[in-house]
Amino acid sequence: MRNPQLDANGGLTHLLTLEGLPPEVIVRILDTAVPFASISERDVKKVPLLRGRSVFNLFFENSTRTRTTFEIAAKRLSADVINLNIGASSTSKGETLLDTVDNLVAMNADMFVVRHSQSGAPHLIAAHLNRTGRAHVHVVNAGDGRHAHPTQGLLDLFTIRHYKQDFRKLTVAIVGDVLHSRVARSLIHGLTTLGTPEVRAIGPKTLLPTAVQALGVQVHHDMREGLKGCDVVVMLRLQNERMKGALLPSAGEYFKHYGLTPEKLALAKADAIVMHPGPMNRGVEIDSAVADGDRSVILPQVTFGIAVRMAVMSILAGN
Amino acid sequence: MALPDAEQTLAALADRMRGAIAFEARFVGIYSGGAWIAERLAQMLPGEHPVGYIDVSFYRDDFQRKGLKPEVKRTLLPFDIEGATIVLVDDVLYTGRSVRAAVNELFDYGRPACIELAVLIDRGGRELPIEATYAGARLAVARDLSVVLSRAADGRLALATEAAADERTGVGDA
Repeated sequence: MRNPQLDANGGLTHLLTLEGLPPEVIVRILDTAVPFASISERDVKKVPLLRGRSVFNLFFENSTRTRTTFEIAAKRLSADVINLNIGASSTSKGETLLDTVDNLVAMNADMFVVRHSQSGAPHLIAAHLNRTGRAHVHVVNAGDGRHAHPTQGLLDLFTIRHYKQDFRKLTVAIVGDVLHSRVARSLIHGLTTLGTPEVRAIGPKTLLPTAVQALGVQVHHDMREGLKGCDVVVMLRLQNERMKGALLPSAGEYFKHYGLTPEKLALAKADAIVMHPGPMNRGVEIDSAVADGDRSVILPQVTFGIAVRMAVMSILAGN
Repeated sequence: MALPDAEQTLAALADRMRGAIAFEARFVGIYSGGAWIAERLAQMLPGEHPVGYIDVSFYRDDFQRKGLKPEVKRTLLPFDIEGATIVLVDDVLYTGRSVRAAVNELFDYGRPACIELAVLIDRGGRELPIEATYAGARLAVARDLSVVLSRAADGRLALATEAAADERTGVGDA
């Protein structure tokens, strides 16, 4: 079966997951994001590439940051952006997901940016569009359940490449709630596809997937051990709701073992960078001294995220 | 078909520009060929001519048909466009669509006092009302051919023709 993200010529037509994407497709997105990054530094932060196209933000799950960055990216490409807060509209009246999509296609949508709490929802929409001969309408996964968040993975890769250049020499640690994190899954797939020799997953047993080694990562439960010699430390957000499910004793206990403090960061390489997908819980997974310190590239990640999303949308719209 | 020697044509272009261009004119080369020529002209001509680079991929009018080309370079204009005298430099002037895109992009950086256009080869076939201020050579080239500039490791420029990727009008890279 053909990868549902690629057209017959191997061009990217939907972005659903980084898993299984050829490395040259990922590298092309990262390369294309470089010139887009400089557009956001100009007085006129806009190019006419997607003029006249309609991008629909379909957010079935709440998100302010991701939705905003997609909206900014689309607007800087001169597209028209329509934000639909689906939670408060048709679905609550009983309309199915695909009926909603068909109605929006009838309004001549060119692209859907989809966030959904169910893993696989963007794939369902893309497969539906492919099957019904409407593959010219593109789907971007903006986060689905525990499955994938490919544009976050790409912006993390872009950030790592920006500061560290060659993936083939790096040791990257991903710390925290890997079990529930689509951000972690997307980043792990991206890093291994681009040849990163050592990717470590660090966290308590209750927050690591049982067969996480199968993704090509090394597992550490002792954070101090796991951080040794790392070039990149990616902290994951600890979702407060996890505390209720008896996965963790308390936020204070978690911070003691898995919070990134200056003392723990000192175990990584002297020039190691610190990343976080946001929103941060200061004092839970990361100490303010680290979050605001000179090794933190958390805010550049946000800036790069816009350029990466511009690159994804323009590559999709051109295929 | 017989093409002129690129180095001699470049010298002829520089002769036409010498004495005609503003002493403080800024050169903006359109990637890739125009960028090479802009760098060479900046050395050959009297005056101070800072060189900038422009990739018009985000401004092209054929995006709908052809999509985004694989390698987009970063537009780099290390000087103020506002009020500046700009000489836009390209290797081959053909349909005029690249120049249209470049002028649009320049205006997103500011309002230049004046924009001139210098090209190594003017091959005719315009689809827009655009003319070169300075041209190294003018020649007629069949529609099914592209004129391609290359640069050797030692920096020497050379011209060649190859089969055009797409014969439809308005698709030529220039």
